[in-house]
Order: sequence, then structure tokens, then C-alpha cells
Amino acid sequence: MLQRIIMIIWKEFVQISRDPRMLGVVIVLPIFMLLLYGYAINLDVKHVRLAVYDQDGSQASRELVGAFTRSQYFDMAVQAWDERAVTQALDAGKARVALIIPATYSADLARGRRATVQVLVDGSDSTTASTAIGYLAGIVQSQNLQVSLQTLERAGQPVEHRARFWYNPELRSTNFIIPGLIAVILMMLAALLTSVTVVRERERGTIESLVVSPVMPFELMLGKLIPYVIIAFFDVLLVLTVGVFVFHIPFVGSVLLVLALSTLFVAAALGIGLLVSTVAPNQQVAMLTAVMATQLPTVLLSGFIFPISSMPHAIQLFTNIIPAAHFIRILRGIVLKGNGLAELWAPSLFLLVLGMVMLAASSARFKKTL
Amino acid sequence: MSNVLTYEHAVEVRELVKRFGAFTAVDRLDFTVKRGEIFGFLGPNGAGKSTTIRMLCGLLLPTAGRGTVAGLDIIRESERIKTRIGYMSQKFSLYEDLTVEENIAFYGGIYGVSDARLAERKAWILEMANLADRRHSLTGELAVGWKQRLALGCAMVHEPEILFLDEPTGGVDPISRRNFWDLIFTVAGAGVTVMVTTHYMDEAEHCDRLAMIYGGKLIALGSPAELKAQYADAGQLLEIEADPLMRALDVLAEAVHDVAVFGTTLHAVVHAARGEAMVRTTLERAGVAVRRVEPIAPSLEDVFVRLIEQADRQREEAG
Ligand SMILES: Nc1ncnc2c1ncn2[C@@H]1O[C@H](COP(=O)(O)OP(=O)(O)OP(=O)(O)O)[C@@H](O)[C@H]1O
Ligand SMILES: [Mg+2]
Repeated sequence: MLQRIIMIIWKEFVQISRDPRMLGVVIVLPIFMLLLYGYAINLDVKHVRLAVYDQDGSQASRELVGAFTRSQYFDMAVQAWDERAVTQALDAGKARVALIIPATYSADLARGRRATVQVLVDGSDSTTASTAIGYLAGIVQSQNLQVSLQTLERAGQPVEHRARFWYNPELRSTNFIIPGLIAVILMMLAALLTSVTVVRERERGTIESLVVSPVMPFELMLGKLIPYVIIAFFDVLLVLTVGVFVFHIPFVGSVLLVLALSTLFVAAALGIGLLVSTVAPNQQVAMLTAVMATQLPTVLLSGFIFPISSMPHAIQLFTNIIPAAHFIRILRGIVLKGNGLAELWAPSLFLLVLGMVMLAASSARFKKTL
Repeated sequence: MSNVLTYEHAVEVRELVKRFGAFTAVDRLDFTVKRGEIFGFLGPNGAGKSTTIRMLCGLLLPTAGRGTVAGLDIIRESERIKTRIGYMSQKFSLYEDLTVEENIAFYGGIYGVSDARLAERKAWILEMANLADRRHSLTGELAVGWKQRLALGCAMVHEPEILFLDEPTGGVDPISRRNFWDLIFTVAGAGVTVMVTTHYMDEAEHCDRLAMIYGGKLIALGSPAELKAQYADAGQLLEIEADPLMRALDVLAEAVHDVAVFGTTLHAVVHAARGEAMVRTTLERAGVAVRRVEPIAPSLEDVFVRLIEQADRQREEAG
């Protein structure tokens, strides 16, 4: 049995090494995607054009405006003198976000009452809008802190902003986004890598010699999975390196733990591709299915953008079968918070089980179709 | 249960049926292949040859009926059968992106051939297939004839007792075909049972025994000599050269038992001793110029064509 698995692993490696396209998929694609998405998310939300209508015109209100414009996330684009000018600026696209400070702002602060500022966000470009709101919340909160420090004896929560926001990144959102992005990219890549391995044998007719041989479906599936786990592991190193050196994510926790748990993740993701490969009728359908089956659920339900904790309960349960959901928890936990296995055993176990289920399902599928 | 030495027939099938949906590809086949013989499986496209071989090799499950290979049941013991047989599929099924040597090593490995034995087998295959000089070439770059010899080698890397060759010489030149059949004779001479499908009548002549199948049904079974003798019982075969040929065909179709076009001539079967003269007068009366009428010994092709026409007629009569 071991000899057969080793032969299949060896054969896969020889084939991969003779396929120049693999080099592109394995090396160029992940780096390209990470840089593209990383910078797109990173840069787009800096220098958001801001319109300000300061009805108060006081020292306190000017400080609040300053906090926005100094942050490099917002650029002062329009200084408005009435509400109509604010609406016009937003409609004409001269500003994406508008800050309206009421005339009572400094007076409210001085009396220790709750001060309210109004924020209008152009929702037409929802990605920019939502990320801008995130930054906004951060700035208002840090301003909040400053203001409340100044008004400590008089107590209360002085500044309240009225924008509803559903994503709340830290000020440096890349720390939060890049680990998620790494998971999304690895997920797609892994599923793509294995999605054609079995279909290709079927299309080329080589499947017949395999099926008449004493190779068991499980041996074949494992033999096909292992080379790609090794390759995908190389990709883990690659994207983590780019994440640390290009996007400067701080690496608080154990590198070894990240690498070890990444292996579980890529094995589960590769397993999904393998399963697709045993079902798909041809290579095109296989690749398309692998991308569709992994991309949408991974982006929407992994916690990459939308926090899982704010999803309906049924959907929260569903996210458990999404490998990236567990991996993002692991990656953020280790990279940002320095978590260890003590905190992360549950998502790790999920990944292990998912991987084994995929392997078993692929083996079962393979046996039946021939 | 059964071991290497105790089975009687290399292959035995009874009432074997394979349906794909409503379509019956193999229809209640019965035949046996004796140990050590070269057994030919002859039939036109779509006759069900590949489907039958795939059931014997455990690639497809029969819809009904039963069969044994090397004394092992093809449904329940297909995994045990796999180590005892070699299979060369109709479509080339080695890895084109592996080299000649790598393909041999791979198949040797998955059949559990030990390293020491594999070195011997590899040398034997390279020699047998005359591929020693090309051992490091990518398999995809080989000419078709070489590929097929390599495929035969890989199918035999684990020294199987029974070989299933599904159209091993499809699409190669006559010299390569001749070479390939020399290999088959060598292998059979060493005691391996060979079951081989083909379209070529000259190849069928090389077989110890033949099964002819058509529309999934067995239409004849026997040695080439037996099949021709059965044909001779039906009457005398005449070769006819006439002009215009198609008009002659129409006229004779009314007058004689069996007539078919063979190249630029007609072959007709007549009952009476005076058949030759009868054919001549019939044709001349119809205004056809008769060049030559000559009694000949039937070839396998005559046997085959007549059996197929008979089967077609029976099918029409049946509905
Ligand atoms: N998987 C399948 N699904 C449906 N029909 C099939 C399948 N495999 C074969 N057939 C049909 O069964 C019939 C017999 O096919 P088979 O391949 O056994 O013929 P063959 O005698 O090998 O022909 P050839 O000389 O062309 O190789 C054909 O009509 C074919 O279309
Ligand atoms: Mg065939």
C-alpha cells in the first residue's frame, strides 16, 4: 500500500515538474492576487474626499475636523456653508463622506451633555463606503477618548456619531484584512490545484490503467493529495512572507504553529478540489466549479469581511463547514494576538475533520464512477 | 478458493449482459477462453468488444450474467483478478508526459513489483519493445507503433497470466502490426493467455479461436478453419468480376443465396454444382458483361460478412 502511494506521489511530482503552467499557478498567481487585492483594499480607502459643514466653528469642532484630515484616510475636499452644499458635494461626487457638526457641539461638550455629529456616506461604492465608515468609527472613537479625557470630571459620553457601520476594523485595517486575504487566496488556489487532477486522467484515458491496477481509490486520492499539500505549503510560506514584508503585518505569535495549522487548512481546501475533480465531467467545468464553490462562500461567510458573530444563528452554524472561516480565526489569533493551541484547538480540529471528510468522500465517489 | 494452477478456463462467461440505460451493448454472451490460447474477439464498431473486455477486467460491472477470469468471479473477486491480468486499453492509456522508463517504473511500482525484479522487467520490456534507445524520451513523442509496444510492455510488467488487448494495433502501419503480432506470439509461446480484439481479418487468422460478435450478440465461435468449414457447408463461394458491378449485385441478389461486394468483385454463394453456369447466364441475360466467374475458398471476411447479413435479416424478420 505504501509503495503504491509513494509511486503515485512520485508520478504526480514528475508530471507537475513538466507542466510550465503549474509554475505560474503556484508562484505567480498567489503573489499577484495578494499584491493586487492587498493594495486595492489598502489604498482605495485612504484619501477619501471629505465634505465638512461646521455649524459650530469653535475650537472643539475644529479639533474634530483636524482629527479627520490629519489621518490621511480623509482629505478635506469641500468646506460647506449650508446643508444644500453638502448634498450637492455628495451628489456630484466631489465628496464621498460628509461630516456635519451642529452649532451646539462645543456648548454640549462644555455642559457635559452628549454631543452628536452627523455623518453622511455616499453608499454607491459600497466597498469604499463601508471601509470609510470603519475608519470613521475609529477616528470618532479616538477623538471620543480625547474629548472625554478633557471632560473627565464632568463624566458622560460626549461625542456620538450617527453612522451605522457593519465592519469595524482597527485603524490599521491591513492587519485585519491581510490574514483574511491570505486565507481566501490559499483557499482558491488549493481548490484549483487539485480540481483537475482526476478529470485530467479521465480525459486522457490514463484512468483505465489505474483502475485495472491494484491501486485502491483511497491510495490514489491520498497519493494525489500529498504532493499538492507540499506545494500549497510552499505557497503558505510565500504569501505569509509577502504579508509580513510588504504589508507589515506584525507577527506576534508562533510562526511554527501558523505553518503547522496552515497544513491542515490547505489539506482541507485541496480535498474540496479533489472531490470536485472526481465529479466534474471535464477540466474546464472542474476549474470553474472549484472557483465558484470556494470563492463566494469563502469571501462572504469566512469572516473575511462580515464578522461571523453578527450573522444569523443558522448561518453561523453553516460557516463551520467553510475551511477559511476556521483558518482566518487561527491566522488572526496567532498573527495578531499571539494565541496558541490552547485557544485554537477547536478551529484546528474542524480543519482536520473537514480534510478527512473530503478525502473519504473523494475516495467513495471515485470508486462508484468506474 | 481458486489458485494459480487450478482454474480450467482462463475466461468463462455465461449470459453476460451490459446495458447503458435502455441500450443493450452486450447481449447474453456465452464463451470460454482456454488457457494458453490466443483468443480473437472480432466485430464491427460498436459491437460490444470493449464493453465485454472492460467487464472482464473489472472496469465495468455487468448488468446481468456471470463470468470468471483465472477462475475468479468478475463481480465479487475483481480486485484479486487485477493482479493476475494485464490490460491494454483501446485508447492509449500511459502517461504521455512521463518518459518510457518512468512509465515502466510507475506501473511496476503500483503492481508491487520489487526493485530488483523491476530492473529485470524493465530491461526485458525495453528489449522486447525495441525501445532501449528511447528510454529517456517522453512517451508522448513516440510514434504510434512504439507507444503500443510500450503499452504492451507496461501491461506485462507484473508478469500476468492473462492479457487483454483491446485493439492493440489500431491505426498503425502493416509493418508495425506484423511486429506487434510477433510479440503476441512470443508472449503466448511463454504460456500467457491472450484475448485480443481486432477489426483486421488477417489478424483474426492468427488466432487459435475466434468469437465474432455483432450488436452485442455472439454470432460465431470457433477456430478460423472451423468457421470457414461451416461456411463451406452452406454452398460454393464464387468470385465474380462483372460490369457494371452494382447492376450485377442487384441481379444476383434476386438469384442466389448470398452476395456481397468485395473490393472490385462480388462474392456469391451458390448451392448447386451448376451454380457457376447459372450465375453466368443470369448476369448475361440481364445485360451485364461477365469478365470472370471462379470458385474460391472462403476467407474469414466472407464468413464474417455473411454472418452479419444473416443477423441483420433475422433482426428484420423479428421486428
Ligand atoms: N459508457 C457508455 N455509455 C453509453 N453507451 C456506451 C458506453 N460505452 C459504450 N457504449 C455503447 O455501447 C456500444 C458498444 O461499445 P463498445 O465500445 O463495446 O464497442 P466496440 O465493439 O469496442 O467498438 P469499437 O470497435 O468501435 O471499439 C456502442 O454503441 C457504444 O456507443
Ligand atoms: Mg472498442
